[in-house]
Amino acid sequence: MPKPAQWLGQAVLYSAFALVLGYFSVFPRFTHLEAGYGIIRISFSHAGETRVACRRFTQAELDQLAPNMRRILDCPRERVDQLLLVELDGKPVYQQMLPPLGIAGDGAATAYARIKVPAGTYHLRSRLRDSRSGEGFNWDRSEQVTIAPGQNFVIGFQPQTGGFRFLGASG
Amino acid sequence: MSLRKVLRAAVERVESVFDAAFTPALNPLYHLGSLGWFFFWIVAVSGIYVYIFFDTGVHDAYASVEYITHVQWYAAGVMRSLHRYASDALVLVVVLHLLREYIMERFRGVRWFAWVTGVPLIWLIYASGVSGYWLVWDKLAQYVAIVTSEWLDALPFFGESIASNFVHPSALSDRFFTLVVFIHIAVPLFLLLLMWVHIQRHAYAKANPPRLLAAGSFSALLVLSFVFPALSQGPADLTMVPAEVGIDWFYLPLYPLLDYVSGKTMWLALGGATVLLMALPWIGRRRPADKARVNPANCNGCSWCAEDCPFTAITMVPRQDDSPYSQLPWVDESRCTGCGICAGACPTATPFSRREEQSPGIGLAQSPLAVLRETILSQCAPLTGNSRVAVFGCGHGLNGAYLANESTTFIALSCIAHLPPSFIDFLISRDHVDGVMLTGCRDGDCHYRLGQQWVRGRIAAERDPRLRQRIPRERVKVLFAGTDQSGLEQQVLSDFRRRLSAMGPYQSRTGRQSRQPPADAKEEILTNA
Repeated sequence: MPKPAQWLGQAVLYSAFALVLGYFSVFPRFTHLEAGYGIIRISFSHAGETRVACRRFTQAELDQLAPNMRRILDCPRERVDQLLLVELDGKPVYQQMLPPLGIAGDGAATAYARIKVPAGTYHLRSRLRDSRSGEGFNWDRSEQVTIAPGQNFVIGFQPQTGGFRFLGASG
Repeated sequence: MSLRKVLRAAVERVESVFDAAFTPALNPLYHLGSLGWFFFWIVAVSGIYVYIFFDTGVHDAYASVEYITHVQWYAAGVMRSLHRYASDALVLVVVLHLLREYIMERFRGVRWFAWVTGVPLIWLIYASGVSGYWLVWDKLAQYVAIVTSEWLDALPFFGESIASNFVHPSALSDRFFTLVVFIHIAVPLFLLLLMWVHIQRHAYAKANPPRLLAAGSFSALLVLSFVFPALSQGPADLTMVPAEVGIDWFYLPLYPLLDYVSGKTMWLALGGATVLLMALPWIGRRRPADKARVNPANCNGCSWCAEDCPFTAITMVPRQDDSPYSQLPWVDESRCTGCGICAGACPTATPFSRREEQSPGIGLAQSPLAVLRETILSQCAPLTGNSRVAVFGCGHGLNGAYLANESTTFIALSCIAHLPPSFIDFLISRDHVDGVMLTGCRDGDCHYRLGQQWVRGRIAAERDPRLRQRIPRERVKVLFAGTDQSGLEQQVLSDFRRRLSAMGPYQSRTGRQSRQPPADAKEEILTNA
């Protein structure tokens, strides 16, 4: 049977055990984003144009194909790399070539990034080239935006609704 | 002094403090593995209760956890706190368990199995915990969800970005919570399976800590749950960044680092650390272990060796020869640690027999019984005085060589349970010594798991093979002490020798006083010296 001193020792050690668990389960607190900053998060998935445009098979080519393999158009699946450029007040803050996903390179390209910026009002411009032209941008949106402290400002992209979406824009 | 020796000395100092408070039998540092099991069951039971009131859904999850915490605080709220703190305690004991097994070098050789199966447990524990934090859907959950998904996106397996699910409220669906609930249930089940595999090569594996220790640990968690209940950190809001969060440092210690290093780097670092940990049993110094060998001619098939083997290395198999005995031990060398506990359990291991017959049914290949007998006799022969003591020790506790003098000799064994009780009988009844002192690893922490337990049982005549009743137990001293307790060992030996002096020479029940060694014993000494 433990002596009183042992009971006391156990009480101290059990208390230390509980204190360690209680304290380190929450403290010290971690600052993920400093005060006065916001985050611009780029997040979208988009399939660019195919690398080569579809073309009609010639009669000679069709004749060489097995009857069950004959089709009108030849459409290679591989898609182009897309170029994304994001600028704040005319300065590029994100520039990335977005390769298509998939082993055959025929999937959508995915963009995901977070950019920490001081809270404030900016001229935000996002441009995307998803065509096989190889120059210029065929999607472009610019807007005056205000990013509040701690705000999660999202740049999305949906070609069906006009291209770039600025989620959280208040300006 | 090597780093491991320094670490071991430090660990033993801490253990001494815990020994003093808890007694060796209840020292939590000797029950870290079974405490891990205990905390797992607390997590499981509390989790099942909390799950009854939990709703999956973007809005429902947080609301239901708030109900659990504040409305039903007396039951579900306490269960939530127990769920968290027992999970944290699980991490704590697992980390300590891993460090301790490393420092005590209990992961090499045939003990690789428990080590290697233990490493993936860490990943599964973390996967279980992180997915749990996700479910609360408060600011911490939002932080965990975003950082985890960004980290997962660094792997080349996922086509679409997982993190894109958490960039805006419109991107998140209730179904995602169903998936996380599934992960939070499935991963712990897999963890339980692997925990079972982890202890498969341990005989009499302890999956339950002593009741008093369990009660004390549970009480500590319960008090903590009432005094400092687990709380949510405000509802998640994907339009805002969770700028400051209270992190559970047991589960998320690496998450802040992901603000500074890329996800790929973190995967490489953790993957490399995992591979290194798993390879540790084969890295560095390796001592060739002795192995148990069966001598069918002298085996009577009693199965005591199989019952005593701490690592399930011995299986009894049917005999194929014309022996009157039906079974024979079979040694799986890939599991044999060479501790010699089987040899100590063998009833045919007796030094009373003639030398040419000293080949028991089972023994160590490199340390046969006959050699051990010769060593002991040659070391005991020169002892003088009326309190001659043979001190036996093991290779993992105190090295008692410093105790040797004109009336004391020290004999090191692989494990103290390697010594058959018949040797103690032999040494005392044949007057080779006046007393026998058995030492070994720190009390409650046998390097070979069960050696101390079996020795105590054999000396107390509670476990076969038993020390014969004719040997007064006052002539046998058992002291299990750590390497930092040499002073204690010297003190106990001095007291023991004083007692032996006071007792006078051994006298058998038949009244035979054997101050002078019998003629046959003298002959043995001369033969073996």
